[in-house]
Amino acid sequence: MTTADATAPGEPILIVDEVSKHFPGVVANDAVSVEIRRAEIHCLLGENGAGKTTLADILYGVYRPDEGRVLLHGQQLELSSPRDAIEAGIGMVHQHFELVPPMSVIENVVIGTQAKQWLDLSEARSRLDDFFADYDVEIDPDAEVGRLSVGEQQWVEIFKTLYFGVEILILDEPTAVLTPQGVEELFRILRRMRDDGLTIILITHKLKEVMELSDRVTVLRRGEVVGTVNTGDVDQRDLARMMVGRDVLLQVDKHRRDPGDPVLEVSDVHLVSDTGRGSLDGLSVTVGAGEIVGVAGVSGNGQNALFDAVIGVRHPDTGTIRIAGTDVTDSPPHRIAELGVASVPGDRINQGLMMDFSVKENLVLGDQRDQRFARAGFLSRNRIDSFAEESIERFEIKTPSATQKTRTLSGGNLQKIIMARELSGDPRLIVVHQPTRGLDIAASEYVRRRLVQERDRGAGLLLLSEDLDEIFQLSDRIAVIYDGRIVAVTEPEDTTLEEIGMHMAGASGADASTTAAP
Amino acid sequence: MGDFFTYSVILGIFVATLKIATPLLIAATGELVAESSGILNLSIEGTMTLGAFAGFVTANETGSLWLGLLGAAAGGGALALLMAIMTVTVRVNQVVAGLALNILGLGAAFFWYRSVYSAGGSIQIPVVDKFEVVSVPLLSSIPIVGEVLFEQHWLTYIALLMVPTTWMFLNRTKYGLELRAIGHNPEACDMRGVPIASRQYAAVIFGGAMAGVGGSFLSLAATGLFFPDIVAGRGWIALAIVIFGNWRATWILAGSLLFGFLEATQLALQASDVNLPYQLLLALPFVLTILALVLNRSRSGAPLSLTIPYHRGER
Repeated sequence: MTTADATAPGEPILIVDEVSKHFPGVVANDAVSVEIRRAEIHCLLGENGAGKTTLADILYGVYRPDEGRVLLHGQQLELSSPRDAIEAGIGMVHQHFELVPPMSVIENVVIGTQAKQWLDLSEARSRLDDFFADYDVEIDPDAEVGRLSVGEQQWVEIFKTLYFGVEILILDEPTAVLTPQGVEELFRILRRMRDDGLTIILITHKLKEVMELSDRVTVLRRGEVVGTVNTGDVDQRDLARMMVGRDVLLQVDKHRRDPGDPVLEVSDVHLVSDTGRGSLDGLSVTVGAGEIVGVAGVSGNGQNALFDAVIGVRHPDTGTIRIAGTDVTDSPPHRIAELGVASVPGDRINQGLMMDFSVKENLVLGDQRDQRFARAGFLSRNRIDSFAEESIERFEIKTPSATQKTRTLSGGNLQKIIMARELSGDPRLIVVHQPTRGLDIAASEYVRRRLVQERDRGAGLLLLSEDLDEIFQLSDRIAVIYDGRIVAVTEPEDTTLEEIGMHMAGASGADASTTAAP
Repeated sequence: MGDFFTYSVILGIFVATLKIATPLLIAATGELVAESSGILNLSIEGTMTLGAFAGFVTANETGSLWLGLLGAAAGGGALALLMAIMTVTVRVNQVVAGLALNILGLGAAFFWYRSVYSAGGSIQIPVVDKFEVVSVPLLSSIPIVGEVLFEQHWLTYIALLMVPTTWMFLNRTKYGLELRAIGHNPEACDMRGVPIASRQYAAVIFGGAMAGVGGSFLSLAATGLFFPDIVAGRGWIALAIVIFGNWRATWILAGSLLFGFLEATQLALQASDVNLPYQLLLALPFVLTILALVLNRSRSGAPLSLTIPYHRGER
């Protein structure tokens, strides 16, 4: 897996020396210096926009540094492409996989590695078999990559990189797509790879992962290095302070409340996928007024379908959906919205916003027919302007003006625009999908606090999230979705992360009391 | 009605099927290679027309049909080079670029034709000695099969050979695998050091050259003539055949033969005394092509990044 060389374990193998990288209007890396030691797991920790991925992309030859240099084994690196990096012994697994879904595992592995004209897969096949056997991973080399689970695709991606014989492996947010068990499995293997001599750089913003896995950690904030510390010398709170620059609340204050009458009743809904957005197979779930029901699950188990069905974008084949007692099974989306249903989609950019519209246009998107903003079919500029000003202030949206093009804002502000719009009519049911994905700590904190406020106001919330910490933090009840069904319902106090993880992986029936239908 | 189902008419339909399928098969197979790299070249109709004329004028000037084929490939390839510059380097919307170059191809062929062959206002239409049918020794004497398969034009044999060759290239060679990978996910290939732009250029130019050769079949083998409407929609049919064939060489062969068969049947019906309005018969292959495409819509082997320009560093 690794090439033998003179560098002994623990000695510096890769040195980043005063590296700066500027993008128009942004300093992504500002005189960043990091020392990576041989056969260590080194975390790069920081919020979104802290410059972690830019730094990794520089190490991987995607970008050239504007200033500073990178030394590998004491030699200055001149990388102009990822290919150069790979040849120098540095490989990277991106957050978004670089796979070719319609091709087989083995074909994916050999892309770019074949020396001969005619395809020869035998060497790749034997190395793949050895690798998977060595690390107890069971994947069929001839399986179509697009049909593998996300966790399996990650293995393909990791092996693809190791196939080149790299000695430094960079992983960008590798756990975002995994179940708790998948994370454990990944960490177990990463530790073994480190013990076998591989140097691992792991990019993350999750404090728990840093504490669990890394030997050392470098914290970045706004493009600068805050410091490099031995993981053993710090705790989560220290790291959070380094990362954010102030003390943060790792908990959202939330008081127990008894839920009121059901605002959402989904019963035995079947919905067959015709759009690639997943299927439901007899899903039932109920949300009461003043209650947050967190739906936990690995991505692709029907979350999108459930979201679509509740807001009326797709209609169930069988089963019923009621909003506050009204049957809306076959109602169009605007009818459902009129009943007081708001939605915050998981894909902000494609489903939540018109990126080329102004902030104020996005703030009234979908409500353009509403009395509040239009008369006799004409939009009222004054009303929209005053609503926009008020929303920008109330939701702390950071934008130069209400007429700013939405595309130019950061992820946290995009989410605030959607929330300002969706929460404006005091909805009785709010369907939220991945509300803090990709947001930094401060923005996540804000979004979560808002959601709890809505619950305290008496709204029912259906929270679809792949972030288990978020589920545990916010939910009054947790429902686990697997394969288009709710396989377990429980309260956060009565369960553990591991138990929910088991259900998420489809190991149902572990505990009869939690698998009962709602 | 009775004399339609005779041996000679039916045999004639099968012989004509292959002949009609030839330009479609060559153009569609070339387009398959181009589209495999993620570039949709909609200018096939114009490229075939330009190829038909470039082939014709070269053959007429040099007296060599084979040089004519080369000229057709060069003409088609040149137009495709423009397509590659626009879509790979400048990253113009592929549909817009394809439609624009289609008009350019048609216009260039017609303009060139006028400027070469009009003398004092009237057009002198020359005729070249077209390719003769080549009988394969021994094989052509097999009854029926021999007459259908082995008494055809060189280009027909070449077209048929292109099917396994293209299949081998795409599925059994390094370059084929990488080309398909580029068509699905160029970024993944870029990260692995596979050159994207040069491969796409090569694929698009190959596709254009093949469309040119396909077009020249009409002028150099089928008629020995050139006239501006010689391609008559076959370029669009070739594009449809790629979709119909679900981006697989073997299914593209099947699609070309199906279209050839329908067209041949239509022609035979017109020549017979079957009492049907001929406009209906003319429409038949197109109607059935549409039907086949509709029935086919659920399968898709389309390259995932088809028509999406690639920029490095954009996630």
